[in-house]
Amino acid sequence: MGEQKSMTIKGNMATAMGAKLCRPNVIPAYPITPSTLFPEKMSEFVADGELDASMINVESEHSAMSACIGAAATGARVCTASASQGVALMHEMLFIASGMRLPMVMAVGNRALSAPINIWCDHQDTVASKDSGWLQFYAENNQEGLDLMINAFRIGEDKRVLLPVMVGIDAFVLTHTIEGVDVPAQEDVDDFLPPYEPPHGKLDPKEPATFGSFGTPEYYQEFKQAQVEAIEGSRDVIDEVFEEYEEMFGREYNKATPYYCDDAEIVLITMGSMTGTAREAVKKLRKEGKKVGLIKLTVFRPFPSPELKEILSGVKGVAVIDRNISPGAYGAMYSDLAAAYTNEKEKPILKNFITGLGGREIFVKNFEEMYEMTKKAVDTGNLGKPVEWINVNEDVLR
Amino acid sequence: MTVKITIGAINKKAGSSKEYKTGGWRTMCPKVDLEKCISCYKCYDYCPDGAIKKIEEGIEYDLDYCKGCGICANECPVKAIVMVKEEK
Amino acid sequence: MSFGVNGEEIMYEVRFHGRGGQGAVTAANTLADAAFREGKDVQAFPMFGVERRGAPVAAFTRIDEQPIDIKTQIYEPDVVVVLDISLLDVIDVTKGLKDDGKIILNSAKDPSEFDFDGAEVYTVDATTIAVDNGLGTETNPIVNTSILGAYSRVVGNVELESIFEAITDNVPVKIENNQQAAKDAYDNVKGV
Repeated sequence: MGEQKSMTIKGNMATAMGAKLCRPNVIPAYPITPSTLFPEKMSEFVADGELDASMINVESEHSAMSACIGAAATGARVCTASASQGVALMHEMLFIASGMRLPMVMAVGNRALSAPINIWCDHQDTVASKDSGWLQFYAENNQEGLDLMINAFRIGEDKRVLLPVMVGIDAFVLTHTIEGVDVPAQEDVDDFLPPYEPPHGKLDPKEPATFGSFGTPEYYQEFKQAQVEAIEGSRDVIDEVFEEYEEMFGREYNKATPYYCDDAEIVLITMGSMTGTAREAVKKLRKEGKKVGLIKLTVFRPFPSPELKEILSGVKGVAVIDRNISPGAYGAMYSDLAAAYTNEKEKPILKNFITGLGGREIFVKNFEEMYEMTKKAVDTGNLGKPVEWINVNEDVLR
Repeated sequence: MTVKITIGAINKKAGSSKEYKTGGWRTMCPKVDLEKCISCYKCYDYCPDGAIKKIEEGIEYDLDYCKGCGICANECPVKAIVMVKEEK
Repeated sequence: MSFGVNGEEIMYEVRFHGRGGQGAVTAANTLADAAFREGKDVQAFPMFGVERRGAPVAAFTRIDEQPIDIKTQIYEPDVVVVLDISLLDVIDVTKGLKDDGKIILNSAKDPSEFDFDGAEVYTVDATTIAVDNGLGTETNPIVNTSILGAYSRVVGNVELESIFEAITDNVPVKIENNQQAAKDAYDNVKGV
């Protein structure tokens, strides 16, 4: 094993270095705040001769994803990056990438969607793509951003999966923030991630085939079933790959990671960078003798219902903290967790909190507040509003 | 400060950027020598912040909005404008 | 915030003030990198949002002996570093500064000439030091490395040697000049 190199880098640099270690062949990308540093760095790596890849400058994110699909169909290893409106513009092509079963990895700088225009962090961009058939991972910090990129290639390219993967890093909070990161040695990543050879055929003029063909009503549904079986099957692959990564590189990853959950009455569930602040809140509440725990959701697609239910067994109340909202319904994590519990007899009280939209800060005191509200619902049986908004600016009149 | 938000984020107060004075961004300040100025108004055309006003003979600056970029001095064909360090 | 073994707060938070293009962000990043080399955990980030040349900007560094979990921005810094004192007319650099906080100013004046409601004030003529070391010009000096030397002397939680090392990796040109400027500022900061 080579030595891991410790350095201080921004989140975008972490995902770029993670991608570079995976030796991508083609990188079609279109810059957008807050992800711009990713294509800039990949261009630099290519221009400096550190990475042997084709950088394709395109005229839009729709074109970027189209080029990703074309390149991936030839069997190339492909990565890109985007955010917010860029991911939204790709939306049409995202379904084609997954439907054609083309593994690729996209680093997303999770950012709010317009209108009003906002360049700051929330998860609406990727959550709006949760039904596109991509796997979705969310990083808590820059180290996770780098590690998850490497894991994403390995998992997506597994012949039991063959699906594209998004790795979300929060806008500014991670993309533009410098943190200490351990970078694995190239030869070890080479061992972990063998070259990709598509088992299901590739676009090659010497062996002509039709790609992206018609799927009539007689067959379309079965193709979709097969695709869903693949993402369902990815559950075991994710566990295997995370375990192997931990053995090789010493850092543990889980679909859902518990913190102080063993004897907890109330558990907070978070995704992305807010997890760190939530952990501070749990530490503080534990000092006060409160029985509170935390679950960090790293894998949002496939949604880890079995793991969550196992961790939450015996828990009385769950605060599901969504940095996104499906207007007219709930936050995405809440909907999925509530559905997972529908037919269970024993289940905790679930409360849905929406916060952190468009870069709104989520402070330690806000997590304490969400804990208290959930505890109150458990103690009194008064569940409160179906969706609670947290850290609302009282100076804004509506 | 209390803010009333509007449906669809429409800002009905057109030109409200006037309230946002950007003169504080300046470290270098333009100085015009009106003796040299030929009133060609090239600086007026090029100023990205609309911080130059035409007067009868020459120009004057609105320093509430001049960011000190120096484009006017660069474009002046008779070198009537110089950038000087601002004394504060 | 983080808590030490006795429950004490031990995280150290720094805010840099400068103008877009003056290198406040590089200063914050370089300071974080220097502390990281001493085995501390760090974060450094700009004011979240758009960056515009000349506009007042802020950049932040967090330093802790323990792993840093917190992900909010910095509102109550322990120390404020001002790269350009013309900003004192434009913004309140003491905003949120802790009661026992420190202020480091790039100024040739004596600290006694400034009054920030009793906050400890330190001055260093980083502009002259930078220009003397061939870093920029009188009107456009590159002071971000000099000011870090002053930081090391005043705050003392990051060694000058670590700042030298961090400069090597974070500053693209004139590494030795930047290191010398940091040394000169370390030696000449007033108020210590």
